[in-house]
Amino acid sequence: MAKKRLGMQTVQLEQPPVIIGAGSAAGPMEAEGPLGLDFDQTYPDLTIGQQSFEKAERQMMIDACNLALKKANLTQKPPQIDYFLAGDLLNQIITSSFSGLQLAVPFLGLYGACSTFCEGISIGSMLIDGGFADKVLCAASSHNAAAERQYRYPTEYGSQRRPYAQWTVTGAGALVLASSGQGPRVTHVTTGKVVDMGIKDPFDQGAAMAPAAVDTIVTHLKDTGRKVDYYDLIVTGDLARFGHEMAIRMAGQQNVVLDERYKDCGMLVFDPERQDVHSGGSGCGCSAIVTAGHLLKQMAQGKVKKLLLVATGALLSPTTFQQGDNIPAIAHAVALEA
Amino acid sequence: MMYLKAFIVGGLICLLAQMILDNTKLSPGHVLSGFTVAGGLLGGLGLYDRLISFAGAGATVPISSFGNALVKGALQEVNQHGMLGILTGMFQMTSAGITAAIVFAFLTAVTFNPKS
Repeated sequence: MAKKRLGMQTVQLEQPPVIIGAGSAAGPMEAEGPLGLDFDQTYPDLTIGQQSFEKAERQMMIDACNLALKKANLTQKPPQIDYFLAGDLLNQIITSSFSGLQLAVPFLGLYGACSTFCEGISIGSMLIDGGFADKVLCAASSHNAAAERQYRYPTEYGSQRRPYAQWTVTGAGALVLASSGQGPRVTHVTTGKVVDMGIKDPFDQGAAMAPAAVDTIVTHLKDTGRKVDYYDLIVTGDLARFGHEMAIRMAGQQNVVLDERYKDCGMLVFDPERQDVHSGGSGCGCSAIVTAGHLLKQMAQGKVKKLLLVATGALLSPTTFQQGDNIPAIAHAVALEA
Repeated sequence: MMYLKAFIVGGLICLLAQMILDNTKLSPGHVLSGFTVAGGLLGGLGLYDRLISFAGAGATVPISSFGNALVKGALQEVNQHGMLGILTGMFQMTSAGITAAIVFAFLTAVTFNPKS
C-alpha cells in the first residue's frame, strides 16, 4: 500500500497543508439567514449587477476567490497560485472555467456535484503534500436560479416544490491551501465511492445523498481508527433536514452514533422558521460558503478544534433522470485541525 | 348559479391534479400532458362538451379543455375533408390559444427580467 494511505479510502497527509485564507460570497437569501453576518460579501439581489444568472454566479466565484487571495496576502496579478481547482453545477462547469480565465493561473476543473468543495480541498491537499504545489486555490459555487433552470424547472414555470425539496444556495466559497503558514490544517482526506440507493426523485436529494455521507463517515472512522467523539464537529454538505435525520438513522444501524456534534450545512445556512426553503439548503455553494464563511471562522476563534467536513453530491443530470436512471450520490470527507 | 358550478367543477379538476402531484412521483409535466390527453379522450366521446355546458369556465380554463379542443378541431375537419382533417384540424380550434401563449410569452420575456 502507498505509504500515505490508511485503510481503504483515506490518505493521511504527512505535512498537513494549511488553509491560509478563505473567502465567501453569498446571495440575498443566504445573507438574511442565520449565518448572514459571517459571509465576507453579500449581494442585495440575485443578478449581482450582471445580465444573466450564469454571469452572476461567475462574478460571485471571482469575488470569493479574490477575498480568499486577499486574506492569504496574495494580491499580485496574476496571483502566485500553482493550481486553481474549482467546480460548480452548471453544464461544462462554465462558472469555474470562466473564473479560471480571469485568474490566469493553471486550472483544473472539477465536477462532484455538491461534493465539489471537498473534492477540491482533497486534491489540493494531496498536490501540496506530494510536493507538486506550494499554494492551491480551491473554489465552488452555485446559483439558485441558474441551477434550478438547468436541473429542474425555471422559476417562471411556477412549479410547486415538495416539502422535502431543498433550496439551491446562491453563493461561492474559496480557500487558499499552502504548504506552510498559519491556520487550520488538512490532516486526512477520505475519498468517497459512488453510492446508489435507488432514489429517482430529483427533489429528494437528501435521501439520495445520506447513504453516501454515512458510507464515507463510517469508512473514515474505520480507516483512521477514530471515534465520533474525536471530532468537535462533523458537518455534512447539504443533506438538509430529512437527509440529516436519515443519516443519523443509517449511521446508527452501523453502530456509529452521530450525536449533537453532527450538523449539516444545508440546515445551518437557512432558518426554516423564517425562510421558505422546505428541507434546507443544497448546492455546491452550500458547503462552500458555510465552510469558508462560518466553520473556518469558528476554528479561528477556537470554538471548533477538530472538524470533519463531509460534502455530499447528488450525481444526477436531467438526461439520466429523464431516461429513468436512479440518482447516485457521493461524499468526500476532509479532516481539519486547528 | 353558473358561477358556483364553474367554481366547484374547476376546483375539483385542480384538486384532482394537486392530489396526483402530492401523492405520486409524477412531475408537473406528467400531470399537464395527462390532463390534456384525458380532456381529448373525454372530448372524443362527446363528454367534455357536456361538462362545459354544465360548468362553463370551470371546464374551459383547465388544460383538459385544450385536449378537448384538439380533438374537436380534428373531428370537425375530418367531417368536412376526410382523414387529412386529422392533421389540418388539430390546431384549428386551438390556434388562438397557442398563438396567444407564444405572443404573451414573448412580450413578457422582452419586458421583464427573471427573478427568483
